Amino acid sequence: MSALKIKKGATSHSAYNLRPNFSDVEERHTLALLVENEPGVLARVIGLYAGRGYNIDSLTVAEVDHTGHLSRITIVTRGTPQVIEQIKAQTGRIISVREVHDLTVEGPAVERELAMFKVAGTGDKRVEALRLADIFRANVVDSTLESFVFEITGAPEKIDAFADLMRPLGLIDVARTGVAALSRGS
Amino acid sequence: MTRQMTGAKMIVQALIDQGVDTVFGYPGGAVLPIYDEIFQQNSIKHVLVRHEQGAVHAAEGYARATGKPGVCLVTSGPGATNAVTGLTDALMDSIPIVVLTGQVPTFMIGSDAFQEADTVGITRPCTKHNWLVKETDNLSGTIHEAFHVAMSGRPGPVLVDIPKDVQFATGEYTPKAAKKSHYQPQLKGDMDAIVELVEAMEKAKKPVFYTGGGVINSGPAASQLLRELVEATGFPITSTLMGLGCYPASGDKWLGMLGMHGLYEANMAMHGCDLMINIGARFDDRITGVVDKFSPNSKKAHIDIDPSSINKVIRVDIPIMGDVGHVLEDLLKVWKSRGRKTNSEAVAKWWKQIEEWRAKDCLKFEQKGAVIKPQYALSRLEALTQKYDRYICTEVGQHQMWAAQYLGFEDPNRWMTSGGLGTMGYGFPASIGVQMAHPEALVINVAGEASWLMNMQELGTAMQYQLPVKQFILNNERLGMVRQWQELLHGERYSSSWSESLPDFVKLAEAFGAKGIICSDPDTLDDAIMEMLTHKGPVVFDCLVTKHENCFPMIPSGKAHNEMIMGEVDTSTAIDAEGKVLV
Ligand SMILES: Cc1ncc(C[n+]2csc(CCOP(=O)(O)OP(=O)(O)O)c2C)c(N)n1
Ligand SMILES: [Mg+2]
Repeated sequence: MSALKIKKGATSHSAYNLRPNFSDVEERHTLALLVENEPGVLARVIGLYAGRGYNIDSLTVAEVDHTGHLSRITIVTRGTPQVIEQIKAQTGRIISVREVHDLTVEGPAVERELAMFKVAGTGDKRVEALRLADIFRANVVDSTLESFVFEITGAPEKIDAFADLMRPLGLIDVARTGVAALSRGS
Repeated sequence: MTRQMTGAKMIVQALIDQGVDTVFGYPGGAVLPIYDEIFQQNSIKHVLVRHEQGAVHAAEGYARATGKPGVCLVTSGPGATNAVTGLTDALMDSIPIVVLTGQVPTFMIGSDAFQEADTVGITRPCTKHNWLVKETDNLSGTIHEAFHVAMSGRPGPVLVDIPKDVQFATGEYTPKAAKKSHYQPQLKGDMDAIVELVEAMEKAKKPVFYTGGGVINSGPAASQLLRELVEATGFPITSTLMGLGCYPASGDKWLGMLGMHGLYEANMAMHGCDLMINIGARFDDRITGVVDKFSPNSKKAHIDIDPSSINKVIRVDIPIMGDVGHVLEDLLKVWKSRGRKTNSEAVAKWWKQIEEWRAKDCLKFEQKGAVIKPQYALSRLEALTQKYDRYICTEVGQHQMWAAQYLGFEDPNRWMTSGGLGTMGYGFPASIGVQMAHPEALVINVAGEASWLMNMQELGTAMQYQLPVKQFILNNERLGMVRQWQELLHGERYSSSWSESLPDFVKLAEAFGAKGIICSDPDTLDDAIMEMLTHKGPVVFDCLVTKHENCFPMIPSGKAHNEMIMGEVDTSTAIDAEGKVLV
């Protein structure tokens, strides 16, 4: 379990605060779920969100503990504090969900996303794209005389910013992984 | 000790180890190996229903009347899809049932094989959890886990989908409790919160206990503790439809049911209280009325085993997550150790106010004329069944609400009604499940003629197993509750709410070999009811009642607890445009 860097003592119960504040302002929260890696587990989580009308801004999933058969699902969601509490409580109710962590409230966390951008163009635009990619520390993972594929990792905002810059320079395709997140420190 | 056996044998063995004595089911190709094993043993009775929906509702009835999980066995494809309504019903009402479904062999899954359906996919949102078992070695362990999940925490329906090749193959039997489940819901409540609630109870001037199905699900001990708490504090108590029986209807602290068709005094007490103690209820919309106006001046405590029920609909001040029985035990301990204090002077004043509300006698009616009023029929049923060991089921509609209003429940587990889903067709099969669990008891299903027709095929089941269930049909020849809403909301345009072409219920009963009774005269009603009660076998009682009776009191859609309509009023103004969109 320690390999998962999930905070000790943070059980699925502690993630939902039964005395939340009741503001009506929407918040963005990053949730990390530790789930049993079994067929249908992702469908359970997604089905819950769809059925109850919760937002999913981003979702990533992969096995993180092979021997323990555990996967980690990272979900970025939005809602008022009351809705966020509901989301956590409802998610925690799924039998195959072992732990629910709200990284947004459990302390500082790092969020990273990987994206690939295909930019086509010639002349000045091509040069400018390459120059900006350099500034953003994006790697060129494929190139032809008319196109580049850039690979970039970073916080979602950084990737959004890079996308904004590439758009006028001939952006023709984007693939993003969605957010992976871990709490900071030990 | 490890034991090798076929999957089919394992299933029967696992059920025996779980203490199952009755299975409600219907065979088909994908469960033949299991039926073959059932044929070769005597520990488990199998009840052949006439439709899989009936099997699930019967299992629900069995579960609610015993506190034990109900078990169903159905085939793949149509067998499984027919079970969906019952599963959803059980999920909404937190009823523990275990449904075993057959599935096409593993190597044919995904090929649109004959009678293949994606059962776990279809039932994922209507079960608490479900499993597709692909290896015989995992089969018995999964079944044991299924029972654990169904019964632990907030109970609910679970489903295990078992491909036919897994039933035929041999594997290793895992005994019950060989492996500790990861699913271990928290039972004890937070002590600080419990103390906070006790402090609030000591000070409260206008307290009310608002109880629900969670008390019943927590087991008879929880109802006992609740009674102790109510008697000791002297606080008034009301309950949802689901919680009837957790406190005796004859108790003097009892305000009656609350909610849309609840009693005036109960709803007024909820609206006017300064401390609301929610015990195992979930602030359902039938209870709260319009949320913005719900009990505006009260401090609210909420005891619930399911954290997602807390702050879902109503924001509460003292949330306590835990099992009702465990929390009540601690609550009583703390309250006693602090000197058993209440603000008795203020509470006495509160009772005075409640007595004034009570004096309105909101359920009064007058039986006049030659036609039986449904309220009268139920009052007579109540009077004539007092000394029986009685269990009541209902269908869904006006008759259901009248049953909740006019019948009294002294104990938990004696009232089975479809609360959350409101499933017409629930009551008859549920009564069969109850009678299977309590063969000597008097089991009555209070029905509407339309609901009853939805699962009337189960008369065959009642006859086959000689289950003397009494089907007490309040026949208004209308989809009464729909008609009432059309009267209140749609200018009396009764679109498709007439029960047309009804059968002759007496002949229908007789066609199955059961007894049929018809009664339309208030003067002969008592005799007719007695005839039903004393008959040894199943009875279909066609009680012809007033056709356009409305169910009151009523909180109209979009209104608050203190805006109830009490009787026939100018219905055109009772519900405004905003209320009309609500169901
Ligand atoms: C399966 C199902 N379909 C439709 C409804 C909507 N509905 C609620 S009450 C009702 C009428 C019930 O008529 P009846 O059983 O005769 O009872 P009454 O209201 O007349 O007492 C209907 C159609 C429902 N609750 N369940
Ligand atoms: Mg009717």
